Amino acid sequence: MTLHAITVLGHDRPGIIAETTGVLADLGLNLEDSTMTLLRGHFAMMLLCAGDVAGADVEEALAPLAADGSLTVAVREVPTEEAASAAGPSYVLTVHGGDRPGIVSAVVAEVARAGGNITDLTTRLSGRLYLLIAEVDLPSTADPEDVAAALRTAGAELGVEASLRPVESDDL
Amino acid sequence: MSAEPTPVDDVVGRWSPDDLGVEGSVLEVVTAPAAVLSTEGEEVDPTDPEVVQLAADLVATMRVSPGCVGLAAPQVGVGARVFCVDVSAHPKTRSHHGTFVLCNAVVLESSRNEKAREGCMSVPDFTGDVKRASRLTVTGRLPGTGEEVTVTAEAFEARALQHEIDHCSGLLFLDRVAGAHAVHPRKTYL
Repeated sequence: MTLHAITVLGHDRPGIIAETTGVLADLGLNLEDSTMTLLRGHFAMMLLCAGDVAGADVEEALAPLAADGSLTVAVREVPTEEAASAAGPSYVLTVHGGDRPGIVSAVVAEVARAGGNITDLTTRLSGRLYLLIAEVDLPSTADPEDVAAALRTAGAELGVEASLRPVESDDL
Repeated sequence: MSAEPTPVDDVVGRWSPDDLGVEGSVLEVVTAPAAVLSTEGEEVDPTDPEVVQLAADLVATMRVSPGCVGLAAPQVGVGARVFCVDVSAHPKTRSHHGTFVLCNAVVLESSRNEKAREGCMSVPDFTGDVKRASRLTVTGRLPGTGEEVTVTAEAFEARALQHEIDHCSGLLFLDRVAGAHAVHPRKTYL
């Protein structure tokens, strides 16, 4: 069983997901995790699929998608990763403020310094407003109050607001 | 299951912007990243004529803004703990108190969290999924008389009140969204 990581990037239009997944289904590949979004109007999809098919054959089957040059398709074999269980509690980090270079790097550096792991990240720019929202697992050794204070300080130096709060999940 | 009716506070329910006795002007609404939106508002004297005028201006500005169910002073560039609310025409509203303005409002009690997608005139390009209490008791002062009132709100009115009180504390809904996939662009970039 081989695990393939497939990325599809480029000009958005209806039908890209249908065509991509149709090809993969015809090859007998099983879709595992996937994510797709529009990044400033660009189609961006990543998916992992498993099956007994060589990477070159997957690439060849998907080649028609990229034939008109509007999409870039990449296929890469990846090892199976055991999903790491979160070491500690999860937090949502929100950063917003006036756009300028270096906001993301300065803020996530504080997360890294605390040994925190970002498990999901979205950034958006609209007009002058820059927005970052991340889900962060902090190690049990990190004091969330200290991390939040360090994030606020890093944000203040850039003139942006940064806040960290626990993920609320209600198990039913 | 039918929801039990929430008692509507008489004083707040009867209150009308006409009670302010001044004509409101329509003010410009500021948008993020304006600093005033991230600054904690100052407590105000609700009997101060300037505060009364601000209350009237907030109502006037809310009324000319399509779909607007509430507006807080920081959204018109004033770092003060004053906001207006009127959810009476919104389809998600259950009970409501009509149009009212509160100064220095604080949440006394909140319960029954529900997640819903909200937007904001000061963040025009995004909406976000935010968990808020659907039962809420708030206390504050009416502009003009300065009378202290307690409002018990439910459903959409409760959400609107929390959103506006957050504004008065320098918080946007962006500061409360549920996760990395809980913010949604309103525009498409073509």
